[in-house]
Amino acid sequence: MAEFINFYVIPGFILGSIYALGAIGITLTFGILRFANFAHGEIMTLGVYFTWSLIQLTDLHPLVVMPVAMVLTIMVSLGIDKMFYKPLRAAPVIMLVIASFGMMLMVRSLIQFFWNVQLKTVNPGISMPIIIDDWLRIAPKHIWIILGAVILMFGVHYLLAYTKIGKAMRAMSDSPELARLTGIDTEKVVRTTWIIGAGLACAAGVFLAIDTQVETQMGFRLLLPMFGAAILGGVGRPYGAMVGGLVIGLAEELSTYHWIGDAALLNPSYKQGVAFAIMVLILLWRPSGLFKGKVF
Amino acid sequence: MDQLYGYGLYLVSLLTMGGIFAVVALGLNVQWGFAGLFNAGIAGFFGIGAYTAAILTTAPSAKNLGGYEMPYVVGFLAAMGISGIIAYFVGKICLRLRSDYLAIATIGIAEIARLIFKGETWATNGPRGIAEVPKPFETWPEPWNQLAFLALVLSFVAVIYWLVERARRSPWGRVMTAIRENETAVKAAGKNVETFRMEGFVIGCMIMALGGALMAHYLKFVDPNTADPLLGTFLIWVMLIVGGSANNKGAILGAFLIWTIWSASEILTSRLPAELAIKTAYIRIFLIGLALQFFLQRYPQGILPERRPAVQGDDNRSQKPK
Repeated sequence: MAEFINFYVIPGFILGSIYALGAIGITLTFGILRFANFAHGEIMTLGVYFTWSLIQLTDLHPLVVMPVAMVLTIMVSLGIDKMFYKPLRAAPVIMLVIASFGMMLMVRSLIQFFWNVQLKTVNPGISMPIIIDDWLRIAPKHIWIILGAVILMFGVHYLLAYTKIGKAMRAMSDSPELARLTGIDTEKVVRTTWIIGAGLACAAGVFLAIDTQVETQMGFRLLLPMFGAAILGGVGRPYGAMVGGLVIGLAEELSTYHWIGDAALLNPSYKQGVAFAIMVLILLWRPSGLFKGKVF
Repeated sequence: MDQLYGYGLYLVSLLTMGGIFAVVALGLNVQWGFAGLFNAGIAGFFGIGAYTAAILTTAPSAKNLGGYEMPYVVGFLAAMGISGIIAYFVGKICLRLRSDYLAIATIGIAEIARLIFKGETWATNGPRGIAEVPKPFETWPEPWNQLAFLALVLSFVAVIYWLVERARRSPWGRVMTAIRENETAVKAAGKNVETFRMEGFVIGCMIMALGGALMAHYLKFVDPNTADPLLGTFLIWVMLIVGGSANNKGAILGAFLIWTIWSASEILTSRLPAELAIKTAYIRIFLIGLALQFFLQRYPQGILPERRPAVQGDDNRSQKPK
């Protein structure tokens, strides 16, 4: 039991909260700008590399420099929107999907150009896990990640539920025409969407980097689970994305547990397939997701 | 003279690779140009074709599944068949929904295909790949073997071009265009939109697998990088968008053009010092991406815009889309 909790459930929660943070951005762009943003994973990678560079400059803890990296990532994201997505906003939405697909490659090649492809780390050192009650082991970095994720999720909740711009975002996600008619500044809503999406993507990336390491493909690897989480939760439903992320993270980790006999139920190298399988099942059974999201 | 011969051989390899990409770009054109379907997993279907052909036609080897030594034709047909079946199931799930979902699902299929190529060592020899895939005409003396293979590839391009061009001009092709432009109207006219989309998607994936099979024979080798999910898919998309979506000539032109630029720029940058050469490889990807964005914003129709087939009784006057 201790082994099950320590090596499967806790890592599942960590991974799940990282997916959840990333998926919020995906689901908001999908709901409000109405396109599947393929470049989201690379924005995440970019945020991690900003953090890495800031650590090299200042020698501070990753979570201390993370806010600065978030601001930088948000600025890049807004710049990309202005240069590459805004001109296509009047065109059929699928053009935006193609543009974001191209953007994925462009951002990644720039990261590889500036930071090269060697593995890096943002961890100051190895820390011993805290042992509670003689069996529950949790590493300090995992406590930080869960704490950070919970704070950010409450931030998103506050923003969406209680602020004017948050209400405008929900309105636009429900019906863009009505939102425009009631005088909502749609460009401002779009900007806010990118700000939240890029900021959370950067945070999710940094959490993943703290948990594992820094490499140029890390964002792309998260893309499928994040899409899976967004669709599972219901497109345009940030709370759905949080639940979806946790479900997929847990499912991925638990699928490798030796449920039957001694061998892992699923070969860990196919873990990525779990998110895909969940996504396919939800598309078959209920395309609107758990939280009644939009279906295009 | 020797140098000239070298240039000649380079030209032949350039045209052969360009031709293989032209086959794949024609497949994508059936999906995107005709039916408006976004396939983000081209590399996956390409890889499925390459591995199927390689496994069926190679001589027995202890390292991987295979050793069937089947004729080339069987390899081609099986590649198309397996890819078509997988495409059918993907289509069944996603074609009811908007194109974004298909894009996500196809990129997922491509990723999983790559994981299988890498992980199922008993069948694919894992990351080391399958070597000694037979190549048609390989016993012929140099340069004739290369020229003959080029001729084979170009005849594939010609036949597929002829077939899809006929399909485009046929009533089937017109319904496809109509679905892309106004789905509701086509439904109102009593056509089963989902069936037409499915046909376009499956046929496109089969053509892509054929391209993959040709590549396996040409390089005599397949490994998981053959199905590199990003670069392969991305290059084909750039080829079609730059060449001209919905125009089969545009797809072929784009394939040769972009492949020439891609390959020539590689030769130029490979002369730089090693460290710089690696860095400029990333810049090349960036610039190709920039070219894609430029075309999307300024010339979404590509170099050769779509030309609608003339209405019967109104020949030689083709209408341009608005």
